[in-house]
Amino acid sequence: MKRVREWAPAVVVFLLGIAAWEGGTRGLNVEKFLLPPLSDILRTLWEESDTLWGAGFFTFKEALGGFVIGCSLAILAALVLARWKRLGGALMPYMIAANAIPIIAFAPITNNWFGLLNPLSKMVIAAVLCFFPVLVNMLRGLTSVRPSSIELMRSYAAGEVEIFRRVRIPNSLPYLFSALKVATVLAMIGAIVGDYFGGSQEALGIQIRRSAGIFAFDEAWAAIMVASVLGIAFYAAVALAERLTMGWHPSAHGAQAD
Amino acid sequence: MSGITAVVALRNVGKHFGEGGVVALEDIDLDVRPRDFISLIGPSGCGKSTLLRIIADLIQPTSGDVVVNGKPARQARLDRDYGIVFQDAVLYDWRTVGRNIELPLEMLGWDRKRRQERMREMVELVELSGFEKHHPWQLSGGMQQRVSIARALSFSPPLLLMDEPFGALDEMTRERLNGELLRIWDGTGSTIVFVTHSIAEAVFLSTRVVVMSPRPGRIQGIVDVDLPQPRTQATREQTRYAELIREVRRLLRLGGGLDVEEDHVEETLIVAEEGL
Repeated sequence: MKRVREWAPAVVVFLLGIAAWEGGTRGLNVEKFLLPPLSDILRTLWEESDTLWGAGFFTFKEALGGFVIGCSLAILAALVLARWKRLGGALMPYMIAANAIPIIAFAPITNNWFGLLNPLSKMVIAAVLCFFPVLVNMLRGLTSVRPSSIELMRSYAAGEVEIFRRVRIPNSLPYLFSALKVATVLAMIGAIVGDYFGGSQEALGIQIRRSAGIFAFDEAWAAIMVASVLGIAFYAAVALAERLTMGWHPSAHGAQAD
Repeated sequence: MSGITAVVALRNVGKHFGEGGVVALEDIDLDVRPRDFISLIGPSGCGKSTLLRIIADLIQPTSGDVVVNGKPARQARLDRDYGIVFQDAVLYDWRTVGRNIELPLEMLGWDRKRRQERMREMVELVELSGFEKHHPWQLSGGMQQRVSIARALSFSPPLLLMDEPFGALDEMTRERLNGELLRIWDGTGSTIVFVTHSIAEAVFLSTRVVVMSPRPGRIQGIVDVDLPQPRTQATREQTRYAELIREVRRLLRLGGGLDVEEDHVEETLIVAEEGL
């Protein structure tokens, strides 16, 4: 019962949103290029489901590839920079500056580097987008350890590797996971925007661009829905992994740490 | 030095922070004998926490000799000759209470069965049976500090170092834990070096109180606490107890440390040295 009461407001908002969309577009005769009625979009989604989901998974693979490459490199870089603080101190300002670059602007360039049809050209965009937030957060998690925590480990004659294994890495996990969740969104954005600048006809971004170009707005919106569903599922998968690995964390028990 | 080997022997220990910077400690000479309960007390900047960390080999002295358990401090640390308790309990949130206590045993390579047996003994010793599976953040501050003490004693080190362990707790919890600490000290036969900024606590707990003065940190005097063992609530009502408190206070005033409070200055220096 308690669950139902907690979820009820969100469900009501969802249903109202759908009703407003459907009723608004039909009742006010909204032009299709502005916003087609939801039912038209869903019908297209049903009729074209093979093509759309095929395209969705094609682009999702680009996003996932970029996510894995970008996040792995970021985690490795964070470990190196946390271990050798001097190096970290020298590189950190540039990392933060690079984080502020609108990396998406590089999409046309990476298409040239790796080839328009090579999925790697999209993965690189997604990877670079994921890299910096994960690096910055992970590094913060590895280094924001109370000095007494480290002193305790040293009192047990622990070396650097053991301090990383037993203190710094577990301490960084909450930071890492919040960055990974952000990275799922960034990876999807990177892959789709990468598609916009040209690529395989199978790709979702290409589908959206083409549909919009030939005024098939139902199709464009249906493709956007596929992208949204995949994006949400990607995010939820990482959130689930977070729950499973961090059962110990106060937030997992609905408690407030003091 | 007498015939008995000292658990801790400090000779002319000095510590400067930075090139020609703050002199934290100067000319510290101290012997801690087996079964001693030594309190280090003094005002901000007297270097009492620094001195404890020098004994623990967590900070290197600039001059002098530090011998712990008959060997250089570094060797004593590598041999895990001491357990340490800090002001914050330093429990790892990702481990349960039981596994926090087992941590040093894991690092010593004890097998699982032996570890859990000892863990249960320790949990009983600090009266936390039933909380093994709890997470640290589910416990009160006083309970967390008891876990921290259980962890420090789990591998039976001959020496227990405590850096204001009850400083963040309320007065009632502190008094109760003082009693428990004495019971544990009596039961385990360990030697304790205890940093505090509470005069009453120092006198109640210790066999000797080392009064320190600030800038540079020196030993102002050592008060032998000749109160009978075991110490109980009745101890606090004895005339001798009040006299000893007055004596410690006199020495503190003599050293220029009128108000005894937390060592913020010292802590900042330690953090600065540790770096991030």
